[in-house]
Amino acid sequence: MADEQNPGGSEAPSPPGGEGPKPPAKPAADAAKPAPPKPPAPPKPPATMAATPWDSDLARAVKEQFGDGVLATSTYLGQDFVVTKPESAIPVLEYLKLEADFDYLVDITAVDWPKRAERFDLVYIVYSFPRNQRVRIKTQIQDGFEPRTAISVHLTANWLEREVFDMFGIRFAGHPDLRRILMPEDWQGYPLRKDYGILQQDVRWVQENLGIESGQ
Amino acid sequence: MPDTFLDSTELVLNMGPQHPSTHGVLRVILKLDGEKVLGTDCVIGYLHRGVEKIAENRTYVQFNPYVDRMDYVAAISNGLGYCLAVEKLLNVEAPPRAKAVRVILTELNRIASHLLWLGTHALDIGAITPVFYCFREREEALKIFEQYCGARLTTHAFRIGGLQYETYEGFERDVREFCTMFLPKVDEYEELLTNNRIWVGRLKGIGILTGDECKEYGVTGPLLRAAGVKWDLRKAQPYSGYEQYDFEIPTRENGDTYDRYIVRMQEMRQSVRIMEQAVEGIPEGPIMGKVGKVIKPPVGEAYVSIEAPKGELGYYVVSDGSTQPYRVRVRPPSYVNLQALDKMVRGALIADVVAVIGTLDIVLGEVDR
Repeated sequence: MADEQNPGGSEAPSPPGGEGPKPPAKPAADAAKPAPPKPPAPPKPPATMAATPWDSDLARAVKEQFGDGVLATSTYLGQDFVVTKPESAIPVLEYLKLEADFDYLVDITAVDWPKRAERFDLVYIVYSFPRNQRVRIKTQIQDGFEPRTAISVHLTANWLEREVFDMFGIRFAGHPDLRRILMPEDWQGYPLRKDYGILQQDVRWVQENLGIESGQ
Repeated sequence: MPDTFLDSTELVLNMGPQHPSTHGVLRVILKLDGEKVLGTDCVIGYLHRGVEKIAENRTYVQFNPYVDRMDYVAAISNGLGYCLAVEKLLNVEAPPRAKAVRVILTELNRIASHLLWLGTHALDIGAITPVFYCFREREEALKIFEQYCGARLTTHAFRIGGLQYETYEGFERDVREFCTMFLPKVDEYEELLTNNRIWVGRLKGIGILTGDECKEYGVTGPLLRAAGVKWDLRKAQPYSGYEQYDFEIPTRENGDTYDRYIVRMQEMRQSVRIMEQAVEGIPEGPIMGKVGKVIKPPVGEAYVSIEAPKGELGYYVVSDGSTQPYRVRVRPPSYVNLQALDKMVRGALIADVVAVIGTLDIVLGEVDR
């Protein structure tokens, strides 16, 4: 344990040999000439998930049913997911429930990618008891976009969407009771957004409600 | 005068957050008509520590001990779920020896968790005796954890890729002794409760959830099985070598509080059965799989879930290729199950709310994270 947990210690963990690109040693010949102005290095393509297409009866059926609404059906590490347009997520959820027995909504969550135009990944995980299969539905939405609530399809979406709202500030259109759930109701800010620092807090709320200068 | 005399008025009653039967800091706002419950609103978040935020600011290894602090009465299950999720991202598997020890400790933890549930649930209903018996046996389980890793509650027993520690001298003996000792004790609890008139009267027909309602609300674990759905992730999607062991999924039909009690009692017996099989053939060999010193999963994401004592506990981990997780989402069974409280107590009496909170078996550390 101790050997792995000394960040800033004298022996910073170094990647094992071969991992991580080593800075290439400059050839000596280059050093003599005045270095020509370097062309701006092409931006590294961001590493992406090595997902492969998911091909099955179900994937084909979903694609056929929704056409352009479904952007991709992929699989990664043996886990299948459907990428949809924002407005198609709930219809796909409904289709999977009614036509393919995915009657258990396991989870709804989001992932924040602040540098992307469509800032959030909204992720629905559904499970089918008869098929014993789990599928994720993913959709990319912009900050401020209000996805439709999933409550009409799965009642359990109520609290799950409240938590997503609480943590990311994504408002769900048509949700009957969209209040914060884990944070205090009048708290400012959405803690799981990437631009919310880990030490950040709603100082005003802390001072007013706890009677202390700071929670840190 | 007579008209207003017969009028009933609604009363809003605050239960918790400091209330012995809310098992921690759960606040339930009850709307009452006399003793009848018209509606509830749960206020949660008192124990919110931002576990998912912390995860994004720690390395994969550093975050490992934090997961123990969610469902702190079943810390080992939490750790197993997290380790399996990261192992999935890394595409490695724990070696057979680690798997067998993991199964033993996780099942032992299931028993410890169920015992805590039984003791406190019975206490809420008014039966004082079982809590002492339950804690007496739970102590024996905790002693094994303590011997194994030095901690009793927040154990941090597993490591990504395998086990934190090799088993100690006499581990098998202790587990076997626990199994022999424990089975008659379950009978003892059942003698106290199963046919007890007060117990049956307070539990039968209370807080009914049918199988379809469970699915609709995402309710899993013993609650789902008590409603007649034979579903257990250890069987449906086996992990950590559960497919090798012979055990049954106890189910009942009515989906009431009494049936959930029976299901959990049966589950403890099944856990003993699994442990007995696992301890007979713990394979020799290494306890750690091929995991580098620095854990750096490739870009990607994975959702892995296990059958925790309370239901489906899932981890959705997103990696951006660095040493810190980009996002860790915990799918907590307690949080999702608690949502069904309103459905279960609407129209019941206020005393039934206590029974239903007990039968939900929530841990607020996991609800609030």
